[in-house]
Amino acid sequence: MSSVRQSRSSAAVLIIPFMVMFGLFFVAPIIYALVESLFSVKASGLGFGAPERIFVAADNYLAALSSSSFVGSLLRLVAFAAIEVPLMVVTAAGLALLIDSAHARFPKFFKIVAFAPYGVPGVIAAILWGFLYIPATSPVLQVLERFGLDLNPLSSGTVLFAIANIALWSFAGYNMFILLAALAAIPKELYEAARLDGSGELAIVWHVKLPLLRPSIVLVTVFTIIGTLQLFVEPLILRPLSTAIGSDFTPNLAAYNQTFGQGNPNLAAAMAVIVALLGFLFSFGFLQLVNRKGKSAW
Amino acid sequence: MVNTTLSRSRSRTRTRPRTPAPRPGLGARIVVNGVLGLTAVYFLLPLVWVLIASTKSPGELFGTFGLWFSDSPQALANIVAVFTQDDGLFGRWIANSLLYAGVGALGATVLSVACGYGLAKYVFRGREALFSLILGGVLVPATIVALPLYFLLNPLGVTGTVWSVLLPSMVSPFGVYLARIHASSSVADEVLEAARIDGANDLRIFGSIATRMMTPAIVTIFLFQFVSIWNNYLLPLVMLNSTSTFPVTLGLTLWNSQTQRDPAFYQLVITGSAVSALLLVILMVALQRFWRADLSAGASKG
Repeated sequence: MSSVRQSRSSAAVLIIPFMVMFGLFFVAPIIYALVESLFSVKASGLGFGAPERIFVAADNYLAALSSSSFVGSLLRLVAFAAIEVPLMVVTAAGLALLIDSAHARFPKFFKIVAFAPYGVPGVIAAILWGFLYIPATSPVLQVLERFGLDLNPLSSGTVLFAIANIALWSFAGYNMFILLAALAAIPKELYEAARLDGSGELAIVWHVKLPLLRPSIVLVTVFTIIGTLQLFVEPLILRPLSTAIGSDFTPNLAAYNQTFGQGNPNLAAAMAVIVALLGFLFSFGFLQLVNRKGKSAW
Repeated sequence: MVNTTLSRSRSRTRTRPRTPAPRPGLGARIVVNGVLGLTAVYFLLPLVWVLIASTKSPGELFGTFGLWFSDSPQALANIVAVFTQDDGLFGRWIANSLLYAGVGALGATVLSVACGYGLAKYVFRGREALFSLILGGVLVPATIVALPLYFLLNPLGVTGTVWSVLLPSMVSPFGVYLARIHASSSVADEVLEAARIDGANDLRIFGSIATRMMTPAIVTIFLFQFVSIWNNYLLPLVMLNSTSTFPVTLGLTLWNSQTQRDPAFYQLVITGSAVSALLLVILMVALQRFWRADLSAGASKG
């Protein structure tokens, strides 16, 4: 009996500190955002006296969704995800499979090189690529110009790709690591059996490695979707360099501007909630899709 | 049963010659290593560029080819300029980043390892619901937390202080997730039972036995959180207003925003980026072997 009591209090001592911090700094702000998104602060009558806080139900959401610049930023975010997610997953999986293949010469060196950008903060990555995107400082563009190719990665047609490239550079190596670890966990006997059956390397990749990588690929995809929706830093940094990036380029930038620029945190809260819902929709939609298509991945 | 078949198949491969892996064809070898070589160039390009650029004078930045040194490299002068600008503010930023990332990651590790272990080893009502709630936290984009958090902390007078960045950085739902998965698989119940019979108190068992068995997970959680705090931009941007409390990410963007006004800041931003990128890349490469990515991968099998 006493041991049960002891174990109860021990469990509490172990779990409660995190839950308190989680509640204060994670759950509370989300609830606060949900509540605030339903209210609006109006200056009273003639502008004298304290401003009034009134319940406006879905007005903020309607205002956000009827603002063409916010809807534009949402659509831009979806387009960005459509570029970034497949690019990231295919690159990370491709690199992991190449390193894992018997042909790779310096796998250790390559792993370190690919992982290094993960240690560079997104802001600094954006600053560095910014220099590589303008002809005045970019050796790549200068060389291409010699060959008659006049590229401007920050023009309106390519700016999403330019940003996707920064995110790819930062995280492809990290995702590759997750997939490499999953590849290392595959028993080598399976490859031998496949070889005895006459399978070549490519057939092994297709019929053995990829199916066994599936859960990890799903994981990487979901994390990439979530990361994609946070798009904020890169356009903020690249903005002075490009006329193609407006102040409300992504929903997060729009929410940030509403909060600190326009002084409308209630509208900003509604915008943030919309982005979070979009994230849940995408991740769960994706999980639904992979689970329906075959063996449960999770 | 499983064990015997496994060991039998193993002994058979030992007595018979292993099926030789097919000799890689020359073509395949060239393709694989060619692609890997090109991607290595891609990953290194911005880092090599910034290292070379940090040895140039502000004027040479725009006049010379980016991937080769100028005739009169001045790396030292640039580094001195970075560390003496605004009375050594840059050193302060680096120290702040170390403080936020180091202390924040330490706190996050202690909190999430204890919680993950507790969720793995104690059965109680509502346990799975609690875990699902925490897991949901992994999927929440950071923006929806940071902006409202400002309004919650502002009336308390916490915004603008070091605490407004440190305390939220100590919450890592992903850390709890990793710790629980790892505790379930690597801390055997029998060991805990034996220690209990020997009269050890539950918290002592956690502190001196379980944590030792969970070392790989603990290191991974610490490093993961360290890097995410070091790289974080939005939270300090929202919370801090005095440059003396800025982490290096925020500080460098402050300098970056002044390049329009004074082009001399270009060189400060570039050398500053090179220094801070190099710092963390060295740390990552040095600690890479402790970084168990397979833990996060294995987690998806759980």
